[in-house]
Amino acid sequence: MVNRIEVGFKRGVRDALGEKVRRRIVEHIHLDVEKVSTVDVFTVEGDLGKGELKAIARGPLSDPVIQRYAVNKGLAEDFDWLIEVGFRSGVTDNVGKTAREAIELFLGESLGERAIAVYTSRQYAVSGRVGREGAERIASGLLANDLIERYEVVSGRDWDREKGMPAYVPKVVGENDILVAEIDLHVSDDELLGISSERLLALNLEEMKAIRRYFRDDTVVEERRRFGLGEYATDVELEALAQTWSEHCKHKIFNSRITYLEEAGGKAFVIDSLFHTYIKKSTQEIRERMGKDDWCLSVFVDNAGVIKFNDDYSLVFKVETHNSPSALDPYGGALTGIVGVNRDPFGTGKGAKLIFNTDVFCFAPPFYDKPLPKRILHPRRIYEGVREGVEHGGNKSGIPTINGCIVFDERFLGKPLVYCGTGGIMPARLHGRPTHTKEVRPGDLIVMTGGRIGKDGIHGATFSSEELHEGSPVTAVQIGDPITQKKMTDFLLLARDRDLYRAITDNGAGGLSSSVGEMARLSGGCELDLAKAPLKYAGLQPWEILLSEAQERMTLAVEPEKVDAFLSLARKMGVEATVLGRFTDSGRFHVLYEEKTVAYLDMAFLHDGVPQLELRARWVAPRHEEAAFPEPSDLGGALKTMLSRLNICSKESVVRQYDHEVQGGSVIKPLTGAVSDGPSDAAVIRPLLDSFEGVVVANGICPRYSDIDTYHMAACAIDEAVRNTIAVGGSLGNIAGLDNFCWCDPVQSEKTPDGEYKTAQLVRANKALFDYCVAFGIPLISGKDSMKNDYFDGVTKISIPPTVLFSVIGKIEDVRMAVTMDVKRPGDLIYLLGKTAFELGGSEYYAAKGYVGNRVPRVDAASALVRYRAYHEAVCRGLVASCHDLSDGGLAVALAESAFAGGLGMAVDLGRVMFAGVSCDRADETLLFSESASRHLVTVRPENREMFEKAMEGTCFSRIGTVTEDGMLTVTGIDGNTVVRGTLSELKEAWQSPLREL
Amino acid sequence: MKQAKAIVLTGNGTNCEMEAAHACRLAGFDVVRVAHISELLYGEVLLDDYHFLNLTGGFLDGDDLGSAKAQANRLKYARVSRDNEHLVDQFLRFINDGKLILGVCNGFQLMVKIGLLPALGGEYLTQTATLTFNDCGRFQDRWVYLKHNPASPSIFTKGIEKGIYLPVRHGEGKFQVDSDHILERIESLNLSVLKYSDSAYEAPTMEFPLNPNGSLNAIAALCNETGRLMGLMPHPEAFLNRTNHPRWTREKLPEEGDGLILFKNAADFVRSNL
Repeated sequence: MVNRIEVGFKRGVRDALGEKVRRRIVEHIHLDVEKVSTVDVFTVEGDLGKGELKAIARGPLSDPVIQRYAVNKGLAEDFDWLIEVGFRSGVTDNVGKTAREAIELFLGESLGERAIAVYTSRQYAVSGRVGREGAERIASGLLANDLIERYEVVSGRDWDREKGMPAYVPKVVGENDILVAEIDLHVSDDELLGISSERLLALNLEEMKAIRRYFRDDTVVEERRRFGLGEYATDVELEALAQTWSEHCKHKIFNSRITYLEEAGGKAFVIDSLFHTYIKKSTQEIRERMGKDDWCLSVFVDNAGVIKFNDDYSLVFKVETHNSPSALDPYGGALTGIVGVNRDPFGTGKGAKLIFNTDVFCFAPPFYDKPLPKRILHPRRIYEGVREGVEHGGNKSGIPTINGCIVFDERFLGKPLVYCGTGGIMPARLHGRPTHTKEVRPGDLIVMTGGRIGKDGIHGATFSSEELHEGSPVTAVQIGDPITQKKMTDFLLLARDRDLYRAITDNGAGGLSSSVGEMARLSGGCELDLAKAPLKYAGLQPWEILLSEAQERMTLAVEPEKVDAFLSLARKMGVEATVLGRFTDSGRFHVLYEEKTVAYLDMAFLHDGVPQLELRARWVAPRHEEAAFPEPSDLGGALKTMLSRLNICSKESVVRQYDHEVQGGSVIKPLTGAVSDGPSDAAVIRPLLDSFEGVVVANGICPRYSDIDTYHMAACAIDEAVRNTIAVGGSLGNIAGLDNFCWCDPVQSEKTPDGEYKTAQLVRANKALFDYCVAFGIPLISGKDSMKNDYFDGVTKISIPPTVLFSVIGKIEDVRMAVTMDVKRPGDLIYLLGKTAFELGGSEYYAAKGYVGNRVPRVDAASALVRYRAYHEAVCRGLVASCHDLSDGGLAVALAESAFAGGLGMAVDLGRVMFAGVSCDRADETLLFSESASRHLVTVRPENREMFEKAMEGTCFSRIGTVTEDGMLTVTGIDGNTVVRGTLSELKEAWQSPLREL
Repeated sequence: MKQAKAIVLTGNGTNCEMEAAHACRLAGFDVVRVAHISELLYGEVLLDDYHFLNLTGGFLDGDDLGSAKAQANRLKYARVSRDNEHLVDQFLRFINDGKLILGVCNGFQLMVKIGLLPALGGEYLTQTATLTFNDCGRFQDRWVYLKHNPASPSIFTKGIEKGIYLPVRHGEGKFQVDSDHILERIESLNLSVLKYSDSAYEAPTMEFPLNPNGSLNAIAALCNETGRLMGLMPHPEAFLNRTNHPRWTREKLPEEGDGLILFKNAADFVRSNL
């Protein structure tokens, strides 16, 4: 029996969601709509009586003060078009699940043996003469994502309120026949490749051949026969291999052997693994240099990096990307991105309590107005969907989103980048043992806890290892449920503190195959029974159970003597936990379905058998047209244009929708200043409320510079993260870094004829990472790469600009010394630390004029290092009133932001700015908009002038002006004329208006 | 002297328990127990053993059926496994014993939806008010000025001069009532403890963003007639130290944050009355 309960607002009650939808229809679909009202629909399956349905509607499903309801008839009235949007079958329906639980509790014992299920959908009653075609456009272009949702459109003229909409149940109807296919790999090379592409394995010929070789080995086959297998591979085995060997999991490009050739100098050399040569090695050098003071605890080996916070606590940090899923379903993709990365620190060592999120998004401009390639969602939908996904993921998990940024470039149309980072804290030791290490012993039980397994996210790991195309799999999309995860983490933290498990890891890409496979390396093998895994619905084949990326699951190694206590605590706290097998030291990855072996692979082959990729890199420095336009006569107008650029303008509307203060330790918030609307450089929090020790978090990202040279792009990203950290009071010597590469496919092929150049770009970025991390003494503790950020539909190819996000975490000894970016009082002196050069290549200023140029900012680490240290000394002595870093838009933008954030004017003289370079390059526009690295704009109280200048002695800095009371930003040019004069309010308006309503 | 005992209820999506417990400790409670809802449902923890119940902020059950709605349903209908007592009876006993409940944000939403506030005439468990979607249609994290009603019976706000400054962090904070009559009684009994106001705490305001959600009569906090039950949308536990203040780097501020006074008053009340 299927019934529909509809819940809507009473007459006269404001429908804020309906109003928001109406605004979006008018602004984004450009249709004239007078009114939109919403109705929530609960489709309840189960044998319930009329009285019960009414009671349910009146009880848990509606709010008696503001809502009304209807059972099995329509609620909507007076509309032209009614659009109902619901999930497709199998898509996670969090509200439906909560409603079912609430109804069960509400009916209590009277429910008896009756089973119920609830599916939710939402109606939008639209008043406006838009026609059926218009209504369809609203439905498909705004309200429903065809991939995961279905919709129905009913005309007001055909509407029969008494009958309402017919009930629709998006139930997964599965078959129960368990099938394990056996695949003959002893075939021609062409056929091998055919198997790889048909099964979405994303394995190349060399890899397929390595697998074929394995299944030809007589001793292997002989051993397999003992378990009922033979020389054919099972689908379970092939899928497990494809997942383990995926680019996503094995980082094949970062571990490839690259022959690098530099066209200009003709230098050729071979790099055997970028990861080992640059990333790992830089950290190793720094750690050796630190010697016994080394504060790195766990690097590159676990789900996240671990560093020391103090003697009693350790910090954990990881940044991930969730680009491909976010391209298909921005809301679900981003939500899963954030709750997914939450599980990384949570699954590191013994497990950490989560204390902050930081998010960086790269989108195409939301006001994009050209035709879209097939299957690409409009960037505005991506923007809004991702924003909302991260809002729900972060806010509902109770983790403050303390810092982030949004970068715009049209090429992110091909794939948006969604970087989600999470930090955690854990006691340094628990039960007498350090918490940052992991151990699994043979005999420990494999326990999965949290959510159930469905078809969600199958092939996520392999899918993200290829470009986005029209036929990208629907099942790759998942929708996370932060509350299921919160319940699980509440339980697991308690279990951790009671010492109820030995090791923990998360289920992310690759699902059980990856989590159990990785943990089994620590004991030396495993025996896993897939039939024991709890499923969302019947009909999953063994390989699907193994590979499913259904969310909110952790895998644990539990000592047999503790398993009863573990399971009973789980039960009590309403969390599912199931024993799926045990860890062994057999050297084999052994998977069963009931009694039958469905996969039997050598652990060493599974984890280390992938052949090394060979790549060629050829670097030819690009030459762009030099900018050729006269210096604008109105530099004040140019400044306003810059302030309104998407990459510079205020992101306040997004920031305010993220809870950045939960957990009570907020010290430097994302927005700061006299009326809390200036952009902070970095975040500072106190993770321990009874202490003033703080954590500082910052990011650096500048993909535009990749158009000129990825070496300097990476160097500038590192410097940006570092100077942001330094600005607020962090110090070199206790900050750690995370590198996160998002690249376009660098493997040369028909689809990618410029692969050698893209590989060279990758090499150069890595080289910069090594050079600058070593120079600044920043150990890398974890990282991530996403290498296939392209769109290709057979005709159109869009590749993202190569992008490195550099994220840092550091310690600040006393948060009471922290500095914000808003100027503080009239009369304070303004200093510019660092020299400015003619480095407008790749700048926002050139971009605004349609140029790229060639003179990209270069980081002089040696001089920056001295200055950063001196400045930090000044901060520690309380000599700094405000500090803002210079980045996109250079000095002019930093001045405007610091001034209007502080609500005070500034008068500066460009003639006093230290310039590096020949005098013919020195121009007002260059001094104002050049993006030279490693610079800070600082204000100092007049009485501290001498002490500040003394502290900075020997570094490049100059006093360039004074904070004023007149509410004006006044800039004197090198000729002594006033070149910029603007009121704070007009500058602020230019900065705030572009994205205010999004 | 008798110990003052506070309990902070967690689970199913609460997320301010740590700072709420910290606030209770700073305020001088001798015992501060952070208890998971399952501990109550299994009878391992009894409300009877405590004096001050904190219902903290969060997203109970994801706010899936409307803010705190599913938890309100749970507290009304769930039974304690040990003796099959309805959990809600434990709550009512706690209230009748003259003890204190403070609901913050999601906790306030919960109190209103179970019918613990305003509970006019002591009529508990009948919902007459609600908190719903902000007029702006968005979740908002921002700081607000809260004008204090000195005539209010709330024991939590005693000693507040003009007002306090706290952050709100919610998407469903707009206060609404069943009928004009309810609102009249709320106002005439001075149950509207705090109202969104201008920065001088001079007058209540309906103007966004000072009033972040469009609450009726700018009501941000509500107590019952005994003054011992109070709920508010802003987060007092988020402003315990001056470094929480959004302008602490530019203003001279006392070391202690505005939010602590609510918890101190609770501790004082417990010591002198319970």
